[in-house]
Amino acid sequence: MKPTNIHDPNYFHKVVDCQWACPAHTPVPEYIRLIAQQRYTEAYMVNWESNVFPGILGRTCDRPCEPACRRVRTEEKPVAICRLKRVAADHKGDITPYLPHVPKTKNGKKIALLGAGPASLAVARDLLPLGYEIDMFDRDPGGGGMMRSQIPAFRLPADVLEEEVDLIVNMGIDAYYNHEITSMREMLEMNYDAYFVGTGAPRGRDLDLPGRKEVADHISIGIDWLSSVAFGHTTSISGKVIVMGGGNTAMDCCRTSKRLGAENVTVVVRSAFHVMKASEWEKEDAMAEGIPILNNRPPKEFVHENGRLKGVVFERVKPIEDNGRLKYVPTGEPDVFMEADHILMAIGQENHCPWIERDLGIEFDKWDCPILDEDTLQSTHPKIFFGGDSAFGPENIIWASAHAHKAAISIHLFCQGRDPKKDRPPDGVNLISQKMGIHEWSYDAEHDPSQRYIVPHANLRRSLDNIKVEVELGFDEQLGFKEAQRCLNCDVQTVFTEKLCIECDACMDICPMDCITFTENRDEEELRANLLVPAENNEQDLYVSDHLDTGRVMVKDEDLCLHCGLCAERCPTNAWDMQKSVVHNPQLSSYAE
Amino acid sequence: MTFVAKPKIHHPLLKVNEIGLKRRDYEGLVSTLCAGCGHDSVSAALIQACSELSLPPHKFAKLSGIGCSSKTPSYFLGNSHGFNSVHGRMPSVATGANIANRDLIYIGVSGDGDSASIGLGQFAHAVRRKINMLYIVDNNGTYGLTKGQFSATNDRGSTNKRGVPNLYTSIDLVSMALQIGASFVARSFSGDKTQLVPLMKAALLHRGFAFIDVISPCVMFNNHDGSTKSYGYIRDHSAPVVDADFIAPQEEIEIYYAPGTAETVAMPDGSSLRLRKLEDSYNPRNRVDALAYVQNALDEGEVVTGLLYVEDDSVDCHEVLETPDVPLNSLDESVLCPGSAELAAVNDSFR
Repeated sequence: MKPTNIHDPNYFHKVVDCQWACPAHTPVPEYIRLIAQQRYTEAYMVNWESNVFPGILGRTCDRPCEPACRRVRTEEKPVAICRLKRVAADHKGDITPYLPHVPKTKNGKKIALLGAGPASLAVARDLLPLGYEIDMFDRDPGGGGMMRSQIPAFRLPADVLEEEVDLIVNMGIDAYYNHEITSMREMLEMNYDAYFVGTGAPRGRDLDLPGRKEVADHISIGIDWLSSVAFGHTTSISGKVIVMGGGNTAMDCCRTSKRLGAENVTVVVRSAFHVMKASEWEKEDAMAEGIPILNNRPPKEFVHENGRLKGVVFERVKPIEDNGRLKYVPTGEPDVFMEADHILMAIGQENHCPWIERDLGIEFDKWDCPILDEDTLQSTHPKIFFGGDSAFGPENIIWASAHAHKAAISIHLFCQGRDPKKDRPPDGVNLISQKMGIHEWSYDAEHDPSQRYIVPHANLRRSLDNIKVEVELGFDEQLGFKEAQRCLNCDVQTVFTEKLCIECDACMDICPMDCITFTENRDEEELRANLLVPAENNEQDLYVSDHLDTGRVMVKDEDLCLHCGLCAERCPTNAWDMQKSVVHNPQLSSYAE
Repeated sequence: MTFVAKPKIHHPLLKVNEIGLKRRDYEGLVSTLCAGCGHDSVSAALIQACSELSLPPHKFAKLSGIGCSSKTPSYFLGNSHGFNSVHGRMPSVATGANIANRDLIYIGVSGDGDSASIGLGQFAHAVRRKINMLYIVDNNGTYGLTKGQFSATNDRGSTNKRGVPNLYTSIDLVSMALQIGASFVARSFSGDKTQLVPLMKAALLHRGFAFIDVISPCVMFNNHDGSTKSYGYIRDHSAPVVDADFIAPQEEIEIYYAPGTAETVAMPDGSSLRLRKLEDSYNPRNRVDALAYVQNALDEGEVVTGLLYVEDDSVDCHEVLETPDVPLNSLDESVLCPGSAELAAVNDSFR
């Protein structure tokens, strides 16, 4: 193999599994260390810079970082990254001194943000410090978009939402709420310098089964129903409720129903339990509240009598593995009838932009999603950029933040007459030695063998009685510290310098995970098979040095490295050093003064 | 010296040996020697050899004297017996222990000071008495614990860190062991585990006195340009003559090498040793030839490594002394003091 180029910004970035998996590339180990040092405000700001909504995400994020966490591979359970983010938000002090300065003198460019959800807000936050004037339009009475209308208060309290939304709005956005956008043409006529569309995926899918029309009054689309609960239009639901669907919206619907007075709530899913779209913890929380989840039951028809819904007939199927894909075949058992007074339909969302006229030069693909450049998020109309769910279909908040950073750079370059694609600043990486003296590192190198700590919950009866009672209580400072210590500091990298190595084997002997091997160079497949312990996880790179004096090379399997620093500790010549990799994924703030 | 404790967790794919243990189970405490010390590699090689042989840790006795080398028994085989003795006196303690309990596997770790200076006489007599043990000398040619004076194995003309040359002829422990009658003599290098580990495995199963002289550089005091025991010097001047491959009883020998290029030595437990000659003129089964070759190479400044001598039908002290098959320490009073009737019978036999 060729020697690894550690100056490629992606090489060490990939080693920081959580940060690599995060769409917004939040420097997770960095803020976890700050939490352990009780520097919550700084930890919060590290988050705020990358993902914009730490308090909200600390409660609601889909956490792509956690399954990626190295700890899953070395032990089993990941570090509770999301809950630690909340610790930073819950315990932070005054953040105002850290906020970017928004200049009074504007740069003369006006941007329109369509929709006031996370994507638009994040774009505004990136653009405002550069002097842009920003108008934001939304049909709802307040900012936040789906975060406000669809995430129930027992998961995301209103004050947490408002704090982070208002912070950005108050940076100087001109917000036009209760403003339904009906025509893109009209918007274009207003002659803004650029437009950002962040209107989400606002249409909940429906199911056209026999009886659907007759019982229309007893069926609600999940996201619309949640939104009407959020804005106080719906305050109760009675009788037997069936929630159809297996995603997080279904989980929010069933738990909300339970709190609004439903006598009996059941979730019925057409697919198998393990392939449901809902996050593992959302399913667990729903079940812990006594809500049954019935799987492998596709609905067949709505049963009604005199215009009144009686219930739903479900087929019974079983999943069969077919070439790695699940196929459902009938079990042969008779269909089941389940009584219901109300049905909440939570079977997915889709993009829906009827208000964008199709003759404006904005092209759409066959799924009705705009055709975008993935790097710039620019549409086929150069002035118009997309982000969040309206870009590539329903995702989650963290993706909206990630899109926003990209789009903000594009909008800035576009407004300055530069090319949003070619003139983008490149990624970069800095490596900083963490050595403080003999046997002293600037991070807690020692491996903490503790198991993942469990987040305490509010009393079940109390939380079921009141929709505003937050279920998760979050870690207190002590638990937060303990959980933070589980982080392996994967951003503190093992950096190897060939010319210093005397090949004494000390690092190889001490490495607790047998990551390091000195051997003859071969091609990757052979190398992987011939290490001290074979490197079977092909998703993780091998770090290969240049040739050493004996003609051998040093090969390190990055897969299970604990970043404990023992290799560097044992190295007599400093050929190994522990260096913190600081990855630079450019944001617009790098342009601000 | 390391302050960060080695984490207990290990690679999930780490192999389990025949007695259900992993390599990590053969480790000891974390070493307090200098970072990069060759001795730590020797300990690591021993850990690997013992775990690959699936030997039970509690059946080992580790013995040592004084010096950096003699600290190392703390750093391997944490669940075995050990005795850290007086400077240079490890061979006596090993002899006593071995006579008392022949069932344990004895590993003596010594250094060039411990074996070639203060304990030279002790070393010689352990060899002569064919004590059944693996005797390792971590040979770095310097007194590291006392800040780098020349030891008795330091080559004449080689310099210390400040450039002052050594005035005296070195003692070659390999030649001594060959001359006094060791039945297994090898030399290796701490920086070459592919050579060292098979040698250790063979030595551990050898019946009789097995000696391995391991050149083990002292990174602090004897790893500089004027040294003849530095990592660089040994890599440039080592001349491997015979590679030994240890082959467990159940393994098929033929798959390893074409016939004719290797010789086989049967081991007492049914395993075998494959000797691959890297140097045609070398004869590892003739003591006189081996000694001559090693001495000639020494004159030419070459460090001959590998399995230098092995005796096919070796014997150990218990065979020489005709002791019972069971350990002496397991004999109870009735056997050891058979009573006056027995005594009378013995006395009668002299009348």
